[in-house]
Amino acid sequence: MNFDFSPDQKALRDQARKFLADQASSTRVRRILDTDTPYDAELWRGMAEMGWTGTAIPEAYGGAGFGYLELCVLAEELGRCVAPAPFASTIYLATEALLQAGSEAQKKRWLPRVASGEAIGCFALAEGPEGPTSDALAARVAGGALSGTKAPVVDGDVADFAVVAARDGDRTSLYLVDLHARGVARTALKTVDPTRSVASITFANTPAELLGDSGAGWALVDRVLDRAAVLVAFEQIGGGQAALDMAREYALGRFAFGRPIASFQAIKHKLADMYVAVELARSNTYYGAWALSTDAPELPVAAAAARVSATEAYFHAAKENIQTHGGMGFTWEFDCHLHYRRAKLLGLMLGGLPRWKDRLISRIEARAEAAGAPDAAGRTAAVTA
Amino acid sequence: MDFTDTKEEATFRAEARAFLAANAEPKRGTFETWQSRYGDEGLKHAKAFQRKKAEAGFAALSWPNEWGGRALSPIYQVIYAQEETRYLVPRGYFEIGLGMCLPTMFTYGTEEQKRRYGPQALRGDEVWCQLFSEPGAGSDLAGLRTRAVRDGDDWVINGQKIWTSGAHWADMAILVTRSDPKVPKHKGLTFFFLSMKSPGIETRRIKQISGQSHFNEVYFTDLRIPDSQRLGAVGQGWGVAITTLMNERLTSGDYRGPDFDEVFALAKSVRLDGGAAIENPAVRERLADFYVKSQGVRWSRFRTMTALSRGETPGPENSIGKLVNAAKGQDLASFAMDLMDMGGMVMDPEWAPMRAAFQEALLSSPGSRIAAGTDEILRNIIAERVLGLPGDVRVDRELPFEELPTSKR
Repeated sequence: MNFDFSPDQKALRDQARKFLADQASSTRVRRILDTDTPYDAELWRGMAEMGWTGTAIPEAYGGAGFGYLELCVLAEELGRCVAPAPFASTIYLATEALLQAGSEAQKKRWLPRVASGEAIGCFALAEGPEGPTSDALAARVAGGALSGTKAPVVDGDVADFAVVAARDGDRTSLYLVDLHARGVARTALKTVDPTRSVASITFANTPAELLGDSGAGWALVDRVLDRAAVLVAFEQIGGGQAALDMAREYALGRFAFGRPIASFQAIKHKLADMYVAVELARSNTYYGAWALSTDAPELPVAAAAARVSATEAYFHAAKENIQTHGGMGFTWEFDCHLHYRRAKLLGLMLGGLPRWKDRLISRIEARAEAAGAPDAAGRTAAVTA
Repeated sequence: MDFTDTKEEATFRAEARAFLAANAEPKRGTFETWQSRYGDEGLKHAKAFQRKKAEAGFAALSWPNEWGGRALSPIYQVIYAQEETRYLVPRGYFEIGLGMCLPTMFTYGTEEQKRRYGPQALRGDEVWCQLFSEPGAGSDLAGLRTRAVRDGDDWVINGQKIWTSGAHWADMAILVTRSDPKVPKHKGLTFFFLSMKSPGIETRRIKQISGQSHFNEVYFTDLRIPDSQRLGAVGQGWGVAITTLMNERLTSGDYRGPDFDEVFALAKSVRLDGGAAIENPAVRERLADFYVKSQGVRWSRFRTMTALSRGETPGPENSIGKLVNAAKGQDLASFAMDLMDMGGMVMDPEWAPMRAAFQEALLSSPGSRIAAGTDEILRNIIAERVLGLPGDVRVDRELPFEELPTSKR
């Protein structure tokens, strides 16, 4: 039984934490928060130099060829410091789509540039303030040319390439699009979390290459979202833990009625509940990491459970962190709002909770049906063996 | 990350599996218990099983070798418990004695006492109970009032204990008393062990809201205990009680009521608005909530096992499982009954789905939120021992015990 990260992975975590304490300090994050700069380019370059962008990219495509557990470790640290960089969109989404469905030529063209930090990618799925569905997509491809509008697209304003879900006749497919090609118009959109940028992208007969099989688009979207869900969940537990740590530190130092507010049960029980939420999410997320790193058949269920648990835990910790700080927590000056904003953004960027809860149950139903057994919650052979 | 046993763990697991296959009977249904199979004969059958378990070396894995244990780290107890889940095995008879009372004796007793009581308890020949809580001292155990007065070589005990599991069948007990009310509360306690057959003890069953009777009230009237049966020094009883309670953390069992699998199966089988209940979005959302809690506790336990496997001691982080499961069990039972609509009212096992397991859980779950640390105490433990927050401001630390304000009756 070893349901934990290895000593090497923990060393990587310590190294990442040290690097980010300097390169993604609150001061640095606030530079992005307070200006129209879409992301911290210096931080992004540094992350690429550290090899982070190529963590899970095979060596044949210029990556480090580590496994996903290393990527999980980095994600947790990026979440902890609310890193203002296009890592999730490039690495968890666009790169995963290429790795899952890309042709040799497509991978050769883009992955080395991602690994070196030269190329930023994005994942263009949504088309407005509602959950996207395969049938309802309005973006169209005809004769290799894409038209339509995608919004919101995280990092769409700064990305070099996009993975786009669009319809070709009655089929939904994924397409790979060079965003410097003709017919691309991008507008940055104001977001709830200005440390991350979001755009609306309009395509007008833009050249688009099929990514994966024609008609396989929606299944690929599901697969990519599952993989990203585990990685984003690590950002969420990193952020949740950081919010809890902030609340704890403030409660210990803040005195009222002649004693630290951390000695009042109203505060102690609040922090205990935050801790429980983050720990349960961490455990679900570790299981997701195991499923992702071993390509287990459990991944769809494990990823959805991690997504639901970590989304709720981070938002809970972030909002109660503000509450613990009282009025100071509501000021721009204090960092509480960085987590509050990021918690909500991460909770939405792969789709909201109602959709993921429904997905979770659908997948448990599918698993129970496949097993044909009364053991509905399923037990992996490895665990019960 | 992997879920495989070490070589030693795998060997032990195979051994445990072989023992259980040869000596225990499989459960006939998910919710069958020793008591439901054997009724009043439960203790007799439990003792027979315990003897076999002791002879095979599985009765007290963490005990020292010299007292019949195997001096194994807690991971092996977890492995044994995992293997046990498929079988009908006795619960609630020996855990307190082997997990709490005897380890306390191993720390504070004489060699002769250990030799006399250890093996007897291990084989199930003597069953132990723990006389701690009182009507006015539950979460605040150190507020207990049962008096011990020295009289020659004896102590004379008067007072009342409550919530004593198994007192009605126990042969032996450990007892914490107040020997000096003139000093602050934690300093005036003294700890003993005694035979439950001693004159001056009266045991009364308590009927719970579930209709069952797991607990007792125990009254002492001029009960005499020889000073040789004192554990720890006079006035040091609180320290001894803490030793016992530290062991409780390793002993506390899992939640055993209906969980996600059962409510999921129910939601597929009952109808709501003309379709299966599980098709309803509100139902799906609740199911998802229960699932991530159950799995969160489950995978947290695997993280704990990983720590145990490395030889680390389980910390107060473990309080999470009990805190989450007890409240979840109550909510899940109530939700499942809602799915049965008007039929949810019925608790007749011949009529209600899953032999009324959800209705049973509704009535037993309030106890789970209270026993072995209330929800509130567990939150305090997490806040103070995990997060390092300060204890509450105390008004009872310095005053002599007899001057403390008490509940009005």
